[in-house]
Amino acid sequence: MKKIINDPAAVVAESLAGLAVAHADLLRVQQDPAVVVRADAPVNGRVAVVSGGGSGHEPLHGGFVGPGMLHAAVPGPVFTSPTPDAVQAAISATTGAAGALLLVKNYTGDVLNFETAAELAAAEDLDVRSVVIDDDVAVADSTFTAGRRGVGGTVLLEKIVGAAAERGDSLDTVEALARRVVGQARSIGVALTAPVVPHVGTPSFELGENEIEFGIGIHGEPGRERIQAEPADALVDRMLRAVLEDLPFQRGDEVLLFTNSMGGTPPMELYLAHGIAERLLGEQGIVVRRRLIGPYITSLEMQGISLTLLKLDDELTELWDAPVRTAALRWGV
Amino acid sequence: MGCTASDVARALRAVSEVVAEHRDELVELDRVIGDADHGENLQRGFSAVVSTLDTAVPETPGAVLKVAATTLISKVGGAAGPLYGTGFLRAATTLADRSELDPAGVAGALRAGLEGVRARGKAEQGDATMVDALIPAVEAAERAAEAGDGIAEVLSAAADAADKGAESTVPLVARKGRASYLGERSVGHLDPGARSTALLLRALAGAAR
Repeated sequence: MKKIINDPAAVVAESLAGLAVAHADLLRVQQDPAVVVRADAPVNGRVAVVSGGGSGHEPLHGGFVGPGMLHAAVPGPVFTSPTPDAVQAAISATTGAAGALLLVKNYTGDVLNFETAAELAAAEDLDVRSVVIDDDVAVADSTFTAGRRGVGGTVLLEKIVGAAAERGDSLDTVEALARRVVGQARSIGVALTAPVVPHVGTPSFELGENEIEFGIGIHGEPGRERIQAEPADALVDRMLRAVLEDLPFQRGDEVLLFTNSMGGTPPMELYLAHGIAERLLGEQGIVVRRRLIGPYITSLEMQGISLTLLKLDDELTELWDAPVRTAALRWGV
Repeated sequence: MGCTASDVARALRAVSEVVAEHRDELVELDRVIGDADHGENLQRGFSAVVSTLDTAVPETPGAVLKVAATTLISKVGGAAGPLYGTGFLRAATTLADRSELDPAGVAGALRAGLEGVRARGKAEQGDATMVDALIPAVEAAERAAEAGDGIAEVLSAAADAADKGAESTVPLVARKGRASYLGERSVGHLDPGARSTALLLRALAGAAR
């Protein structure tokens, strides 16, 4: 393992220290428990939007803290959900009378720890709600699994819900909006290589030279099948089909297309894939109205991409376009 | 011969040592089917439990277990933190402020722990989780206690059954946690949570001898 680190046990804390120095105008970092909080929190009269989860997916979530997006992010250890006291620290640093909405990716650990934190907050008379994100079509949505994972849709949800909170929407409204966005977002990911977790030191899984893990999650947990490598046209088509059939998306739908790098895939291949996806969507009469392209929800240095489609309407488009000022996403300001 | 607060503290120190010894094994089991954090997280949690007990040992077995529970919940994270934490917490609650445990008390604490884990994780036998080690362990402990065995025998019966229960997860399709995303491909792997449960009970049995 070659990484630019000191001690594997200190990776998260040292990375957060760097984030704090780089973006002191936007956010502040508390250590032990680790919490990233908007510099101007709590924002009076606004619903606090709080998210979090294991580290190693940067810029998710700390890179999305700032006006127009998250009020606080709770980074756990690498690929491990934060503990309830950390989530509670984020809630108490940001939450006032307007309450808080927790955006939780559907992983057993995240759900259990955020659930416990929400119970603790309720005991302090704070109005705290949770919305679980489960946009990954690779996972069967049945009683035989932990349910669909939360992946790329998380980024879009955090932006849209953050904009609604910023304009002063009530907790009821923001919660209903979050559920609507989750219901309209679908994602699929592929991996060409595995990530290396710092405290493990070896790749999380082994892939042959000509193999692709189809339906990968964001923790290097294997996907639903292993396929032979194929040209980008065929791979993007295979990915899109899985996503389009699922909602299903239909001719005439207007969508946001999010082409995400898992961390190790360079912009060249990312744009190549994005171009193919736009062409294929166009052929099916689906209108790409907004786009996001880049490494926004990653899995350390894993090579691979994910595609997320969010069905848009005028309100969602307006919230997406609203000003945002965070370390990783910034426009309109 | 009963089990006191200092016995429970000693047993938890033994657990911490065993978890540290097996950290890499648990990481590796988890790497293959999950996200490779199980050994790391448990080691972080139980060494924090030992540090807490080094400053002061509470007066009753239940209070010691409660300290362990809150420490695990606040240090482990992942799914293991809330699951083990809830297990220890329910065990602590069922013991109330009894100053000493008899064999039936130990079996009762294990039963309460199991029910806590089940309530939190909503897993059933056969889902390939820690519950597959814990259910047979608790049943074996209860049988041993009813038969009039001592605490050491009750715990070793539990540990033996947990080992077998953990092994039983190998041919199963995982239905909970990160491994469930693998579906059929999770077959053939020992569940890391079931393995750590078996290790934990073995350490308790060792400490009671």
